[in-house]
Amino acid sequence: MHISVNVDGVTYADEVEPRLLLVHYLRERLGKTGTVVGCDTGNCGACTVHLDGHSVKSCQMLAVQANGHEVTTIEGLARDGKLHPVQEAFHSNHALQCGFCTPGMIMQAIDLLADESDPDDETVRKGLEGNLCRCTGYQNIVRAVQDAAQRMKPGAGPKQEQHSDEHVSSKQPVGGE
Amino acid sequence: MIPAEFKYLFPSTVDEAVRMLAEEGEDAKVIAGGQSLVPVLRMRLAAPTALIDIGGLTELTGVRDDGDSLLIGAMTTHYEVQRDHLIHDHALLLKLVTDTVADPQIRHRGTFGGSLCHADPAGDLLAPALALDAVMIIAGPGGRREVPASEFFVDYFTTALAPDEILIDVRVPKFTGWGAHYEKLNRVAQAWSIVAVAAAVQVSGGAISAARVGLTNVGSGPLRAFEVEAALVGQPASAEVISEAALRASAGDGYKDNLARVLTGRALTAAVAG
Repeated sequence: MHISVNVDGVTYADEVEPRLLLVHYLRERLGKTGTVVGCDTGNCGACTVHLDGHSVKSCQMLAVQANGHEVTTIEGLARDGKLHPVQEAFHSNHALQCGFCTPGMIMQAIDLLADESDPDDETVRKGLEGNLCRCTGYQNIVRAVQDAAQRMKPGAGPKQEQHSDEHVSSKQPVGGE
Repeated sequence: MIPAEFKYLFPSTVDEAVRMLAEEGEDAKVIAGGQSLVPVLRMRLAAPTALIDIGGLTELTGVRDDGDSLLIGAMTTHYEVQRDHLIHDHALLLKLVTDTVADPQIRHRGTFGGSLCHADPAGDLLAPALALDAVMIIAGPGGRREVPASEFFVDYFTTALAPDEILIDVRVPKFTGWGAHYEKLNRVAQAWSIVAVAAAVQVSGGAISAARVGLTNVGSGPLRAFEVEAALVGQPASAEVISEAALRASAGDGYKDNLARVLTGRALTAAVAG
């Protein structure tokens, strides 16, 4: 079947088998190996990407279901050689050990921060409940997400983080620099 | 693993989807959000010959006010149910249950109707659908028909849907102002319930005027705890009344019986409180 998918800002037109999973399309056809396959059972969240601005598990979707939609992967976050604030926060808080869960953790953290601009510990843990870190490095992951929230406050970060989703409009403006 | 081969069809209307189902025969399957079906395909627990993807049927998404009831489109996602103000105001139990379904990524894709049709006895939405007297509105070759939740869930992963029918809407009566709670016991985050209890209670003047209690994962389908409900109605909303009523919950199994009673007590206590 013929599909047309926008991935990280580029539109791809491809012929795919209907049974091809989205994660395999991203990795094997487009070479987007930043998105990884962890558990292959839908539990671990390592394969998390955004579909039309919302997080999804790309091993739980067929590529044909993404036809006509926009996908953002971990590879599409950096702008002009500068990391996304959530990537920076993971880096500076040492929020990774082996790093395998990190692409999914970061994609889900961005989704969470779109809904919760200043999450407490519990909210971060709930928001990341679909992502497993086999190194059990959760403490620093939670810290990184909270740090990222501060970096992304209005006025504190670059324009790239001004989401246009309607549920973000309730975000309370908090004074930045 | 990689799913077995199948033919993929993408209808643009409900009638077209129904026609495709009839043409493809009983080994065809409808795919909604795919959050239960894709894993099943990948593990090759099922190998349908054709998948009819109803993801393009936008008329099946959203919640409408229909007088005394709400109409919830079958393709409304869990994420949308969680944030819908009509559901919050008139069917709070559904919102609270949906908050606990799987994890955020899966709630973005998974659908209200898809979960009901999948009919996993451990699925969270079956018990509240039963307890709230939801009615399934079904499209088939002969037109539309309605099936109450009490007749819809037939057995493990089996509903009253015929192979050529599609669930399009779910009618849920309004429970405006009722307190509600979903008490779920599971071992780890995102695991299915071992047992869970969905409770909705109407309290007026300190007394319980109406109550609904549904049990998750206590057999081949959801159970409604009629005896618990009967023990509550007309009684004061007190801790004594609740603990006495909760003793009447039954799951037909020693360990789960005990769980059902304990969780019913907790669910009712929280529902009465708000």
